[in-house]
Amino acid sequence: MGLRYLHAIRAVLWKDLSAELRGREMLSAMLVFALLVILVFNFALELDAKTRANVTSGVLWVTFAFAGTLGLNRSMAMEKDRGCLDGLLLAPVDRSAIYFGKALSNLVFMLVVEAIVLPVYSLLYNTNLFNPGLILVILLGSIGYVAVGTLLAAMAVQTRTRDILLPILLFPVVIPVLIAAVKASSGFLQGIAIADIWSWLNLLIVYDVIFITVAFMVFDYIVEE
Amino acid sequence: MIERERDKLIIKVHKLVKRFGLKTVLRDLDFKVHPGEFVAILGPNGAGKTTFLRILASLSRPAMGEVYIAGYLLPAQAAAVRRIIGVVSHQPLLYGDLTAEENLRFYGRMYAVPALNERIHEVLDLVGLVPRRRDLVRTFSRGMQQRLAIGRAVLHNPEIMLFDEPHTGLDQNACAMLDNTLREVAARGRTVVMTSHDLSRSADLASRFDVLSRGDIVASAQRSEMNPNLLLSFYREATSASVQSGIRRE
Amino acid sequence: MESKPRSLKILDAVTLILLLIATLLVFFFAPLEAVMGLVQKVFYFHVAAGWVGMLSFMIAAFAGVAYLRASHHKWDIVGLAAVEIGMVFAFINIVTGSIWARPIWNTWWTWDPRLTTATIMMLIYAAYFMLRSGIEDPDRRARFSAVYTIIGFLSVPLTFFSARLFRTIHPIVIGTNQPGAEGAFDMTGRMLATFLFGLLTFTFIFADLLWHRIRLGRLADTVEQLKMKTME
Repeated sequence: MGLRYLHAIRAVLWKDLSAELRGREMLSAMLVFALLVILVFNFALELDAKTRANVTSGVLWVTFAFAGTLGLNRSMAMEKDRGCLDGLLLAPVDRSAIYFGKALSNLVFMLVVEAIVLPVYSLLYNTNLFNPGLILVILLGSIGYVAVGTLLAAMAVQTRTRDILLPILLFPVVIPVLIAAVKASSGFLQGIAIADIWSWLNLLIVYDVIFITVAFMVFDYIVEE
Repeated sequence: MIERERDKLIIKVHKLVKRFGLKTVLRDLDFKVHPGEFVAILGPNGAGKTTFLRILASLSRPAMGEVYIAGYLLPAQAAAVRRIIGVVSHQPLLYGDLTAEENLRFYGRMYAVPALNERIHEVLDLVGLVPRRRDLVRTFSRGMQQRLAIGRAVLHNPEIMLFDEPHTGLDQNACAMLDNTLREVAARGRTVVMTSHDLSRSADLASRFDVLSRGDIVASAQRSEMNPNLLLSFYREATSASVQSGIRRE
Repeated sequence: MESKPRSLKILDAVTLILLLIATLLVFFFAPLEAVMGLVQKVFYFHVAAGWVGMLSFMIAAFAGVAYLRASHHKWDIVGLAAVEIGMVFAFINIVTGSIWARPIWNTWWTWDPRLTTATIMMLIYAAYFMLRSGIEDPDRRARFSAVYTIIGFLSVPLTFFSARLFRTIHPIVIGTNQPGAEGAFDMTGRMLATFLFGLLTFTFIFADLLWHRIRLGRLADTVEQLKMKTME
């Protein structure tokens, strides 16, 4: 059963990536949105170079959080379309494989957007964002966001209010990730000693572990009838 | 492990009850199918046909009662059941942004179908879609999507096929093509359960007709015993009788 | 239709009496605090309300787990009742917090970790109701609500820790010291007694309201059932 399970996860991941590569609609939407948010922040905050250093991580994470909901919604909506979710549920594998497959593809898309936003932001504001610590935080934060986001998106897509509901459900619950990610990112960008940043990273890891476990356990109840 | 049933029933349903909230949709439903039968379940809208089929397909859980598919009990042994059933509902369960071939490849992987490439070709041939294999499914007509959906459903060679009103939304030509495919699928010794509200279509295909009305099977007749021309009156009688008894019951 | 059971009537009476006594204690028994004066008395209700908010959340989460395991409709009613009541008390908590903050630090709001967490908790409650209103099927509604209360409940302590960690690293920009902490003013024996009594009273109020709300939920279900019968 173990290998089959992994193959199923890989199949779901491959399917999502292939479908997106075809149209690239979701990725473009996420990217355009992310860049728009950064631009709006630029005009709204009118920062000098010094203040900007403090605000960068906040701006980045707000951007990621909002662009992220677009991806999560789209990814689940694809399954609702033409009844595909039933197709997944008919497969003779544990339902949690569907969760991991979708979560992984959501993670990939989010990382792709982040990977493009970072250099763009660096260019626009003449800041160097190529910091291994920052990349670690982005990875950990995105994992937490996507772990809960995939589960809640699976719920939201089955309600009448759909897309609107996801941010409402997601944001209050994902706040620890945002706070910790922003503080840790800031820490790394400002060159603070890792001993001080450690508690934030710890929080991120704890969050990730707890919610991946919980999501894995409850996913069945979300999709069954 | 529950042992396979000794008697020759491939589907056995006993006193099935399904509720949605406080509303009872299926009440004390009994249903038996022998291997190789082609059963058409007829009934008016809202009778519970789709609900019943979803329960057989392991997509929905019974509130009460027992459902055995090939000896496996639902929902406890749902995973085993899923390996041996193929389901076609009125939605095609296909990804619009993938090609026909990619859709089949995806499902093939999910079902761990051996020799996948050959099997994909076989299936596309069966449903007559080989020339369109590299086309995106969202460019397909409804009829073609339905045929590909059947392909998806037989990919893993299931013993039992479950169809939920497969002719919905198809024009005459598409229906005729679908019927051909259905006959081929059924011909290989498979057991088929098909719900329908289209009497004439089922008349040609099925070996047995059951009528589901107001949550229960109220009549059943073998094709051999009955003149298909009388199917309409058989159906009308069965449904009106159940409405009468339903009113009396309350 | 069941009339109010005797134990509930007794609970109603006891709760009312406790509330009366608690109010009297707050205004006549507990001493006037040296620095803050009369407004400090809000504290007794503020913390008790916050406590009930957390308690409700915990009960809702446990009811959620119970529903997922047993699928028994009654757990959904318990969860809904707990969240409804919790929301009210969380709101009281925030408002009394504001009332306390204004005269003391000349601000309506502080980004104190406790207050921040209480607000986020309220947002989760609100999201819970929006979730429920978007689902027709009662079984699905109960299942999704159960899952969300579990997820929400698990996230709240993490939110609190992150907010608190935030505070220890950065000094507070607005206001002077940390007034939210219990140690901000030393409680005399009388204050402590009043405070604990307040907690007890609010817990009773919670239990009383919860019981009433669950009964209401059951009655609503019975009405639905009767409606269904007449329609068939």
